[in-house]
Amino acid sequence: MSIVRPYGDTTGDGMVQVSFTLPLPHSKVAEGAAAQLAHKMGIDPALVVHAKAMGPDFTFFVVYGRVNHLVDTDKVDVVERDYPLLTPKEVNAAIKSALRRRLTVVGGCIGTDAHTVGIDAILNIKGFAGEKGLEYYRELKVVNLGAQVSVPQLVARAREERADAILVSQVVTQRDAHLHNTKEMSAAFREAYPSDKRPLLIVGGPRFDERMAGELGVDRVFVRGTTPGEVASYLTHMLVTNRKKVPA
Amino acid sequence: MRGKLDLDPVVVRKARSLARQAGRPIVNLARKHTTVSVERATLRLAGLQGADADGIPWVNRLLDAVRGDVGLEHGVALPVWDALVRGEADDLAVLAQKASAGSVRFRLPEGRDLTRARAAAARQVGAGVKRIDARRRERDRLVKRHGDPAQQPWIYLIVATGDIYEDIPQAQQAAREGADVIAVIRSTGQSLLDYVPEGATREGFAGTYATQENFRLMRAALDESSKELGRYVRLTNYASGLCMPEIAALAGLERLDMMLNDSMYGILFRDINPIRTFVDQRFSRQVHARAGIIINTGEDNYLTTADAVEAAHTVTVSQLLNEYFAKEAGLEDWQLGLGHAFEINPDLPDSFRMELAHALLARELFPKAPLKWMPPTRHMTGDVFRGYLLDAFFNLSGTLTGQGILLVGMMTEAVVTPWLSDRDLALQNVRYVLNAAGNLHEDFVPRPDGYIVQRANQVLAESIDLLEKIIAHEGKHGLLEAIADGTFGLMRRPADAGRGLDGVAVKAPGYLNPATDILEARS
Repeated sequence: MSIVRPYGDTTGDGMVQVSFTLPLPHSKVAEGAAAQLAHKMGIDPALVVHAKAMGPDFTFFVVYGRVNHLVDTDKVDVVERDYPLLTPKEVNAAIKSALRRRLTVVGGCIGTDAHTVGIDAILNIKGFAGEKGLEYYRELKVVNLGAQVSVPQLVARAREERADAILVSQVVTQRDAHLHNTKEMSAAFREAYPSDKRPLLIVGGPRFDERMAGELGVDRVFVRGTTPGEVASYLTHMLVTNRKKVPA
Repeated sequence: MRGKLDLDPVVVRKARSLARQAGRPIVNLARKHTTVSVERATLRLAGLQGADADGIPWVNRLLDAVRGDVGLEHGVALPVWDALVRGEADDLAVLAQKASAGSVRFRLPEGRDLTRARAAAARQVGAGVKRIDARRRERDRLVKRHGDPAQQPWIYLIVATGDIYEDIPQAQQAAREGADVIAVIRSTGQSLLDYVPEGATREGFAGTYATQENFRLMRAALDESSKELGRYVRLTNYASGLCMPEIAALAGLERLDMMLNDSMYGILFRDINPIRTFVDQRFSRQVHARAGIIINTGEDNYLTTADAVEAAHTVTVSQLLNEYFAKEAGLEDWQLGLGHAFEINPDLPDSFRMELAHALLARELFPKAPLKWMPPTRHMTGDVFRGYLLDAFFNLSGTLTGQGILLVGMMTEAVVTPWLSDRDLALQNVRYVLNAAGNLHEDFVPRPDGYIVQRANQVLAESIDLLEKIIAHEGKHGLLEAIADGTFGLMRRPADAGRGLDGVAVKAPGYLNPATDILEARS
């Protein structure tokens, strides 16, 4: 079946439940406004089942109702993850049995970007979204260079550490700084390494487009919401499980 | 009284004595060192504020200049007040400007010059400590006037928009809805800045920068709320990271009421150099002790990395160490918001029973401390309905086990930063549970030799084993070596690595810090 609609308690009933807040004092008008909003969202009939004042200026609503929208699953467009998601245990086990050494990851923020929030979320043990950072993985050696690392510094440290992968985070996007910095970085690595020895290059940040990897000269672009587990799984996929296929 | 868990007083005494043995070499180590941040905090206590056109604080500029001329190991006080006594500048601010322009040379005074510099430094830094004392008396007065929260635990709520002017109405609204304590979460990454930003800030990442001006603005807003609501609303921030001594000083000067302040968090979770952390820790705790600030320790973090059942004893060990370091620095029992968290996998059988056992263990081990009870984060999946249920059980365990400070859990944990409605629903959850359970804790007495009593005693026994292992560690400073070996939270943090190491110096003979002298002279 390729046409679907929400399921409440009967096939095809189209029932959904939503909750939201309006910046209005609780009143008849506020409840009417909530119903109207629900209508405009395609909920018809819309049942405002709960309305509660939150302080003098806001009201919280719960609305149940039927939506008239249909979804054709054949026309759903998604970018599928092309590597399996592994648990930290599986990542450790895969590295240990295949490489017999720890995998080294060197990371940092290049250029004048001082926002380590992204790189720290991925690397620091504290992690992100309930997942521990790469430091937590026993078989990963993490070197976090922090903020404002120059490209030559990054390359030098990568050589010194015999890095398997480079993780670069870019938050600041003024005058496309994130794109320029990334291109400079990937060019420097291509220059410094023979093509078969080059570490895996990964860049991440909230304003990147996942499809730009080729243009930027990196192996992978990660976008907002990427978790450490996804990065670890990708590293394992590229450097352990699928090792021979590392692109030049 | 032996309490609900029937803990053996001999075993409890042993646990404390082991923590003391593990902690003492660290205190000795801390006494022998100073750090850039301790010295900058001293300048802040002496009243040096503000920043240059690049936003670099004058305390950084001045300290860097002093360090360039005479090094860090003698402390900042003698060279700075020697320069003032010599008439190089009329006050600290002008001296800092001249120093960063390179037009002052610092030296180590001797003889009568030294005596005069020492006296001048003691006077000016002492005035800063007196300001902290005055803020503490002011708090006592306001608490007396407006009153403490009617119920236990105190309800602790976080705001974090990044913009202090957005935080203020949110915090006031949260207080109206029942929050007793407001915490302004810091911007991600502030812990790794080696300076404290200046002024009111409107841009942060998942939090708002801790600055003196932001502290002042928020405290003033909550003073209004306290008056409006007839109860004193407390303000919390974070004395952690590379600048913890300075932040502690600013907190004292701006009458913050609670500070997150853990003895090992920065080492383990931020890869800050262990010696830097322990030195900064000790100074910041001395300031908190003086300022009448309640510290909140960070044991909850262990459970976000390690399994909450297997690693339950590491929480207890850390609480014991935090207690030792706190008392050594002059903090009293009522100031010890020792942390722990509701992080056991809810799919495990008896998970709630274990939570009760762990929470009760902390309660009975530290009967006079206002424990900080942290909500589930690790097993919050994005299923907000299930999360709401889990938070209710968290609230129930908090009231059943007499926790002092309850951090309100959000059903949208791990989904979004809390919406207005999330906070409202979360507070409804807390109010319902506290009201419905009432004084149920009076009736909640676990069966002697039952599951809860056994589990608690087991965790205590494991804690003693771990402390013994730490002490038996090779080397002079067992705990330092244990940290280097990855005993805590699985992280290896050697003493000669980590951030901020270049800001540490061994004190030279004749080292002077009037702030430390005053803070250690009490009692």
